[in-house]
Amino acid sequence: MKAPSFAYAKPRSLEEVFVLLRRTDDAKVLAGGQTLLATLNMRLWSPAVLVDITGVPGLAGIAVRENVLRVGALTRHREIERSREVAEHAPLLAQAAPHIAHVAIRNVGTIGGSLAHADPAAEWPACCVALDADVVIASRSGERRIKARDFFKGLFETALGEGELVAAVEFPLLGAGYRSAFLELARRHGDYAMVGVAAAARPAGGALVDLRLAFLGAGTTPILARNAMAAAEGKKPSPDTIAAAQGALERDLAPIGDLNGSPATKLHLARVLCGRALAQLAA
Amino acid sequence: MEATIQTTITVNGAAVTRAVPARQHLIDFLRETLGLTGSHVGCEHGVCGACTIRVDGEIVRGCLMLAVQAHGRKVDTIEGLSDSGELAELQRCFHEHNALQCGFCTPGMLLAAHDLVRTRPDATRDEIRAYMSGNYCRCTGYHAIVDAVQEALGRQEQKRRGAKK
Amino acid sequence: MNARAELPLHAPGTQVDKGYIGQSVPRPNAKRLLQGRGAFVDDLRFPRLAHVVFFRSPYAHARVKKLDLTKAARQPGVIACFDGRAVAEYCTPWVAVLGHLKGIKSAAQYAIAIERACWQGEAVAAIVAETREQGEDALGHVVAEWEELPVVTDMEDALSNRYVIHPDLGDNVCFRREFDTGGVDDVFADADVVVEETYVFGRHTGVCLEPRAILADYNAAEHSLTVYHSTQAPNMMQDIFSRHLGIPEANVRVVCKDVGGSYGIKVHVYADEMATAAISVMLRRPVKFIADRLESFLTDIHAREHKAKVRLACTKSGDILAFDLDDLTAIGPYSVYPRTSGIEGNQVVNLTGGPYKHQKYRAKMHVVFTNKNVTCQYRAVGHPIAVALTEGIVDLAAAKLGMDPAEFRRRNLIADDAYPYTFPSGIKFEKLSHHKCLDRLLALMDYKKLRAEQAELRKKGVQRGIGLAAMIEVTNPSPAFYGVGGARISAQDGATLRLEPTGMVTVLCSVTEQGQGTDGIFAQIAASALGVTMDKVRVITGDTAVTPYGGGTWASRGAGIGGEAVLQAGRALRSNILDIAAVVLEMDKAELDIVGNEIVNRLSLESKLALSELGRIAYFRPDTLPLKFQSELTVTRHYTPREYGFTFTNGIQASYVEVDPDTGFVRLLKHWCVEDCGTVINPMLVDEQIRGGVVQGIGAALFEECVYDDAGQLLNGTLADYLVPMSGEMPDIVCAHIETPTKQSQLGAKGAGEAGTAGAPGAVMNAINDALAPFGARVTAQPFTPERILKALGKV
Repeated sequence: MKAPSFAYAKPRSLEEVFVLLRRTDDAKVLAGGQTLLATLNMRLWSPAVLVDITGVPGLAGIAVRENVLRVGALTRHREIERSREVAEHAPLLAQAAPHIAHVAIRNVGTIGGSLAHADPAAEWPACCVALDADVVIASRSGERRIKARDFFKGLFETALGEGELVAAVEFPLLGAGYRSAFLELARRHGDYAMVGVAAAARPAGGALVDLRLAFLGAGTTPILARNAMAAAEGKKPSPDTIAAAQGALERDLAPIGDLNGSPATKLHLARVLCGRALAQLAA
Repeated sequence: MEATIQTTITVNGAAVTRAVPARQHLIDFLRETLGLTGSHVGCEHGVCGACTIRVDGEIVRGCLMLAVQAHGRKVDTIEGLSDSGELAELQRCFHEHNALQCGFCTPGMLLAAHDLVRTRPDATRDEIRAYMSGNYCRCTGYHAIVDAVQEALGRQEQKRRGAKK
Repeated sequence: MNARAELPLHAPGTQVDKGYIGQSVPRPNAKRLLQGRGAFVDDLRFPRLAHVVFFRSPYAHARVKKLDLTKAARQPGVIACFDGRAVAEYCTPWVAVLGHLKGIKSAAQYAIAIERACWQGEAVAAIVAETREQGEDALGHVVAEWEELPVVTDMEDALSNRYVIHPDLGDNVCFRREFDTGGVDDVFADADVVVEETYVFGRHTGVCLEPRAILADYNAAEHSLTVYHSTQAPNMMQDIFSRHLGIPEANVRVVCKDVGGSYGIKVHVYADEMATAAISVMLRRPVKFIADRLESFLTDIHAREHKAKVRLACTKSGDILAFDLDDLTAIGPYSVYPRTSGIEGNQVVNLTGGPYKHQKYRAKMHVVFTNKNVTCQYRAVGHPIAVALTEGIVDLAAAKLGMDPAEFRRRNLIADDAYPYTFPSGIKFEKLSHHKCLDRLLALMDYKKLRAEQAELRKKGVQRGIGLAAMIEVTNPSPAFYGVGGARISAQDGATLRLEPTGMVTVLCSVTEQGQGTDGIFAQIAASALGVTMDKVRVITGDTAVTPYGGGTWASRGAGIGGEAVLQAGRALRSNILDIAAVVLEMDKAELDIVGNEIVNRLSLESKLALSELGRIAYFRPDTLPLKFQSELTVTRHYTPREYGFTFTNGIQASYVEVDPDTGFVRLLKHWCVEDCGTVINPMLVDEQIRGGVVQGIGAALFEECVYDDAGQLLNGTLADYLVPMSGEMPDIVCAHIETPTKQSQLGAKGAGEAGTAGAPGAVMNAINDALAPFGARVTAQPFTPERILKALGKV
């Protein structure tokens, strides 16, 4: 379908963005637009104005500073996929990137947009949760930080308030001893995940230390599977340990049924991926 | 009358300035306003790839970009890339392998294939399949398309080796 | 040198120079498509072109209590708004029944529904505007009040008549068919082995990348209508526009330029397309309708929603004795015009058990109305169902006997020398090659090696499966398909060939092109028949004002029927050319031939006269020819297949898969198809048709389903939710051919366009079940999603 009519503004500064957002509560922020424009083309929204933030300086780029890898909100998926800094300091992101849609989408879509949209089946939110990243939020009042683990509130719902924007994501530098794995089950290449897991740990003598398991497509938000993690933390992923972690998942996950599968099916698939992720981290 | 925005885009090497409604996506701008009907509309939700064009050298879904977002940028379509000869080798491979039938997916498919040939010169058959999996074809079954891309990669490699000598 | 002009291409013992026939020539008309310089309907520009959008029912079944278009009519850019009654004054309704489907019934369907919508998405009003955007904007201002009516979505519920959708029809049965050779119960009672299984097929659809598109241009001064239509059958549409809009047939011109895929989806009459044509008449200006993707999912015909119980009886040594079938299929609330929605089920009855030599058969089939989208013929019509249930039950029987599935088939396939053969359901086979194809397939795939590989990998916990599917395929139909039932659908086709003054050749043919290569093979045939090089040939199809009258493209008839007309016309034109050459050169016609654009001495091949020179003389200097001699350089020939109601082909496919028993995911490792379509005109084009068909069949087997809820709401009507096969999941598909030409024509070509789709679902299903066999699990409901496989394995 054709999108409904709307006004378009392309501010040149963050201040201007906030002025525009404050002026009307019927504004939508346009970054990469790979989700927004598809939904507008289906007439799912009818905003009065689209505020294109891609002209605002300082919101893009990947840089290591102090102890974090800072990725600007307007960084395109493809840049993250190709980035040397990411490959060195947060390889989980490079492992996840090829699963995001297709090249043409990755050239345009942004990580800030993905986080703000908060689809529980998306790749970046789960990666941010696994890596215990901080989401940097900008508003008229300045910047604030919130843990990714606290940022995702519900289905397509985040901690972003009125007039707030995702400005950047900051990933703690894990260090060379860490390994990561990203596994996803999708019906076809590039489809939204049926279920997936973003995992990282520090192997120490065969055991997995500081294990993180963040599931996508297993609830209304990305889910850090604390019970499953506890069952395997500090242990070698033997068949018994893996089984214990898989068993504990039932307490962590709350999958939503959809056309691809019932909650029971998704829980089963999550268990399978859990086992495979643990094996891969230890391999 | 719907409000419009003065927009200047360089299309196939020539700068064009038009008053564009904000809601018009880039493919509709190319097709309706400029008469460049080679890029096609298949879904308008960014899934089928029929609208794949090149903006500032990178492939994008034209239906998921507003024309006003292309202001000040360079757009290449199938027509321009055909006339410049940039796609000639790939088009020849597609033709020889019958990697198209109805032709509706073909412009988008060629743009995606060209991007692969440019960025992944060593792609294996499986990698070709994965890379091209954002472009829907209902007619061919994909096998011939993969053959054509593989041939194009092979010829590119031969040229590269020949140039090195 | 050769007997090219006189003998059929397949005449044994002769050296017929086939020219381009049999060669993999790249298609000349692909060049413009490669440069984005094609002309699809949406590419065309017309002065005062208006756009029509439709206000569609959000409910599966509802009465229109109130419909107020006045506010919508005042919106910017809106030219006019129409409801069903207004359009009915210009376009008469239709009832899609045919005389040879005994007892078939349906209700009248209007171009725009009046008073009641019977499926979600059925149009109840049209808005015409300067732009599509403005039309869609105005849709939001239509005021409608609905009274929801009971909804029937389940096929068994429809059959029970708990609620009858069209009370005047008495029940929800559109069509029922029963067939019985007799003696079936006795055979089953006495048989050593009886197996039974129920197969369920999910409703799915064609998803042509170019959506449905029509541009109608009425000229009030002439009372004439020109329609640029993305359709497969322009003459059929010409007839229908003429009769339903009250415009004389010769005043209606239907033009098909480039068509972006059709697969049967675009061979039917759509209410919104008829409305578009009517609106052009009403407004006296060109009007265009392009279905967007969301509309396509709601309104392009769906197909193949079946639940079929089948039983097979065989001896303990593995001889199939009988099949017994009970098939139920759900269509929409109307049978689709003009081919009816009873044909698909009818085909299932005709084709079940097709490759095998049993003598007893019984079938019962019901087609029921539901409040979901209308359904009709979609590529391979009925075959995917018949082949899957036949090949599935055959595998089950083989497994029960502990016999290898290939050997079980070998034992039961009709012998290659048994022809002509009449099958228990009444269909007649001219000559098939099941055994040759099976042998070729097993060699091509190295069956023994794959079985050994499968056994080895099973020990390591890797579950691979091999599935076979033998098939027969309807092609080149005679009027037996539609004409005998009263439909004005032509089963014959014509070709006009004209030698131009410069020695080029123009071919006009009534078969149409949607990408399969019609234009290409006609150029090959014409060039071969005439002795010219292909670069001299231009082909024009799809214009009722210009091309001969014919059937167009459907039921895999283009090469066999259209190609034959081209061949015969080519041979006749060649003879006429040689007549002229003989008088110009003052030689005996029998001494001459045409080779490489030149008139040559037949024996020495010495060039005597260029065709361009002959053309100059014939057209511009006929004064130099004998007084009584008239050159005739335009020749038309028509062709109708007559001896056989349907020219059956045969083939066999194999699928090799790996199933992950933990996730239920199926990886397609490879696919093979050995097919016999008679004379192969262009192997590369046939292979691609088969591959495209196979992938469509794989789509049905693994990914595609139109999912409706109990309220008749389509839940997955976008390309994000309805999963079409993309390159990443598809296997390489190896094709090979056996050629058993038909003797009904000089060309000997049968059809090939649908074979891939016919066999692929059955082959994939059998492969998955072969992989699951060690677990005692089977899947029988398509699509075979990971969840369904996990359920069969007892994992969820």
